[in-house]
Amino acid sequence: MGYPYLPLTPGERQEMLSAIGAESVEELFSDIPREIKLQKNLDLPQPLTESELIRHVQELGDRNISLDTHTSFLGAGVYQHLVPRAVYHLANRAEFLTAYTPYQAEISQGVLQATFEYQTLICSLTGMDVANASMYDGATALAEAALMAINITNGSRVIAFESIHPDYRAVVETYLRAVGAELVVLPTDRGTADPEALRPYLGKDTAAVLVQQPNFFGLLEPVDEIGALLEDVPTMFAACVNPISLGILKAPAAYGADIVVGDGQPLGNPPAFGGPSFGFMAAKEKYIRRMPGRIVGETRDEAGNRGFVLTLQTREQHIRRHRATSNICTNAAHSSLMGTIYLAMLGKEGLREVALQCAQKAHYTAEQITALPGWEMLFEGPYYHEFAVKAPVPWTKVNAALLDKGIIGGLPLAKMYPDRPEWENAILFCVTEARTASEIQHLVQVLKGVR
Amino acid sequence: MAGQKNFPLLMELGAPGRRAYLLPELDVPNRSLEELIPDQYLRSEPAPLPELSELEVVRHFTNLSRRNHGIDVGFYPLGSCTMKYNPKVNEDLASYPGFASLHPYQPEATVQGALQLMYELEEYLCEIAGLERATLAPAAGAHGELTGLMLIKAYHESRGEGHRDEIIIPDSAHGTNPASAAMCGYKVVEVASSERGSVCVDALRKVVGPKTAGLMLTNPNTLGLFEEDILTISEIVHGAGGLLYFDGANANAILGKCRPGDMGFDVVHFNLHKTFSTPHGGGGPGSGPIAVREDLVPFLPVPVVEKRQKSVDLAGTGQNIDEFYLDYDRPLSIGKIKGFYGNFLVMVRAYAYILSMGPEGLKQVSEDAVLAANYLMAKLKSAYELPYDRICKHEFVLSAKRQKANGVTARDIAKRLLDYDMHAPTVYFPLIVEEALMIEPTETETKAALDEFIDVMLAIAREAEESPEKLQKAPYHTVVGRLDETLAARHPVVRWQGGKDMEAKARDE
Repeated sequence: MGYPYLPLTPGERQEMLSAIGAESVEELFSDIPREIKLQKNLDLPQPLTESELIRHVQELGDRNISLDTHTSFLGAGVYQHLVPRAVYHLANRAEFLTAYTPYQAEISQGVLQATFEYQTLICSLTGMDVANASMYDGATALAEAALMAINITNGSRVIAFESIHPDYRAVVETYLRAVGAELVVLPTDRGTADPEALRPYLGKDTAAVLVQQPNFFGLLEPVDEIGALLEDVPTMFAACVNPISLGILKAPAAYGADIVVGDGQPLGNPPAFGGPSFGFMAAKEKYIRRMPGRIVGETRDEAGNRGFVLTLQTREQHIRRHRATSNICTNAAHSSLMGTIYLAMLGKEGLREVALQCAQKAHYTAEQITALPGWEMLFEGPYYHEFAVKAPVPWTKVNAALLDKGIIGGLPLAKMYPDRPEWENAILFCVTEARTASEIQHLVQVLKGVR
Repeated sequence: MAGQKNFPLLMELGAPGRRAYLLPELDVPNRSLEELIPDQYLRSEPAPLPELSELEVVRHFTNLSRRNHGIDVGFYPLGSCTMKYNPKVNEDLASYPGFASLHPYQPEATVQGALQLMYELEEYLCEIAGLERATLAPAAGAHGELTGLMLIKAYHESRGEGHRDEIIIPDSAHGTNPASAAMCGYKVVEVASSERGSVCVDALRKVVGPKTAGLMLTNPNTLGLFEEDILTISEIVHGAGGLLYFDGANANAILGKCRPGDMGFDVVHFNLHKTFSTPHGGGGPGSGPIAVREDLVPFLPVPVVEKRQKSVDLAGTGQNIDEFYLDYDRPLSIGKIKGFYGNFLVMVRAYAYILSMGPEGLKQVSEDAVLAANYLMAKLKSAYELPYDRICKHEFVLSAKRQKANGVTARDIAKRLLDYDMHAPTVYFPLIVEEALMIEPTETETKAALDEFIDVMLAIAREAEESPEKLQKAPYHTVVGRLDETLAARHPVVRWQGGKDMEAKARDE
């Protein structure tokens, strides 16, 4: 039988073999030692036609409960926002989707210009001078920021607060261990960073302080104070931010961040079971040659027309090899394109409104929940669109009751902070602009009935 | 419009107050922002984003896309990148809400289908690799390399051999190999290639020793040549106590023909966005799973997808069903290497691809890819220098040395190809070939498409002799002429600042 993606006919194969001067295709594999030639077929399922494939794979999909049929209050790094349909239609144009990295600039102006626009938008949101073309995701972007700071400062220690997403911290730890650097995690008993706790560590041994704003608990960190402390010391300030929150929150440049990273999923990308999304990275101009990853720059053709190319490539692995700023090659271009189109669709006022509605709906929900007997906020202090509440009953009961009513509840902190028994029955709720008042009321009503 | 010179930037379009997307009206009490969040955390002005209508956005990105080449547009023989057709049905499957609309922290009971898909994909990749277990977490090939090297490091440390701090890498390797080794704290030891284009076995014998942690090898290598001495190489490295890492960028040549595990490789990465047909999206996202042999399994990053039996009481029958779960309880694990579980929607596409090809189909993929490359090589070697004249696998490397004598470089040839609506081969790589043109046609092209490329390449070779100056100024039919990369690097302008600073910077020069 034939295969739909393999167009060569038996006759054409024969013609090609004749042109090569080979008797058989097997002759073209004669350089593989006989001992390792596979003598059997791979043990894989027999092929499916397109319609069979759709049925099979959709059946697997149907074994999942999707956020399209259930109401979710999960956040913790992946957020459900309203996404203009145009984002999917435009990003999925085949010329974008089926292109490789834009190595030949003259026939890749679409991807290159869109990336230049993306870099500009990331700078607009963060207030930073320069941005790269994207990283794999927020967690690896934070890890790369830590490595970048180590390379710039020659420090061998990185400080992170406990209030940073535990999975992000875990990734940073894995990356740092590989180069023999130390990650010190400072506790956040009350949910946010204590800037004074940094003092003993400031100095040339400490490459960077990592702060997440808003932090994992949705709380706002004292970034002004941290920025002030780090202003005149060699230790760098790396901020990890939620891009949507920058519709209302202060740009990291305003509080003195040297490097800004984050996960771009909230910008027009689906939750996707956690990936793909994209990581963004921006920095002060003086660090541009120390950044990892691709960067697109403006230039001119011979007639003086504007065009865009990959630039400062001497930082990168294909030129600099083991002295490169990072090993990253493939990034998350298509996901960042979705982010670019999302921002273009939302615009200046739209992004502000999304961020504002998130804050308004989250605060409304928190007030409704904590008005129930036995429910209280785990932490005090200002927050954005996530908040942790202590439940009067075990979280397992809460989430089971919610699921029974078509609601996917918040994230139990016990899963992420097993060493914090005092947070055991706390649940982290997220409310975005995508949640409606009636969905929120339904949530509160079910919570009320949980015993 | 798509062909316009100085095509406007997003930031140069729109008008104050214009909107492309509206939110539903707020349906909870409208409290002011200042009431919710103290002023010290807030920005005083909205972020300066563009303000466009929906049609402006649609036209802008539609026309940008028309200024871009993709596989769906035309031939894309970019060596080492495996630009094969990306099946449309796989895009539909990846956007199915049962996959695209899943939150990674949903209860495991609500994502059994997703976990099963990951579990089965892991099984398929292990079978193709000839190895024991795999992790799907790495987001790209280079990320897989980094992860794989971390596993190698953890393995040696667990055996009290943490002093092994050297990774051996051939001079023909991808740049990511040495860069990944450096990110893993390893010293890089380069080993030369022989005049046949393979790892020089004698040179390898000289560099292995008690400090050797491992060897990273691409097989077939970046010249498109199978490392015929692979079993000897494996013996030498293993004999010195090192491990073998397989860079799977070129795995499209060997599917179902031979397996890295059988060659002696201990750690293998695959690029799902190359071999398994998922789209590159203009540079990513990809996925770079790694498969490992049995004694490296304990070190795999967390979480690992596992399966167990769960008894259910279906109408009193008391049956057992499979239950999938994420295992974090792995004390020897290197830890987490990516947020959540990897690029899941890329996995969905690769899974669908493997199921639509089946075992014989995958073998046919490699046979056709190798046939196509050898066909192009046979037809082009009279017009271009072929530094290693032997059977190639899925790609081969020509040199523009002959043309260079006439003032025409590999870059000029690449740029001229663009005028024919064809992407250029990979140029100036591998580094060991002067004026390299690395050509990978893939198995999804028709013979007619291959013949057309041959005709164009032969025409360009003639042009190089008859009118070299014409090639030096190519391309002519693209939306911009040849772009000045030196200018871009000397005066980096990496964001729009009102559109004036490029001129200003150029004037300063």
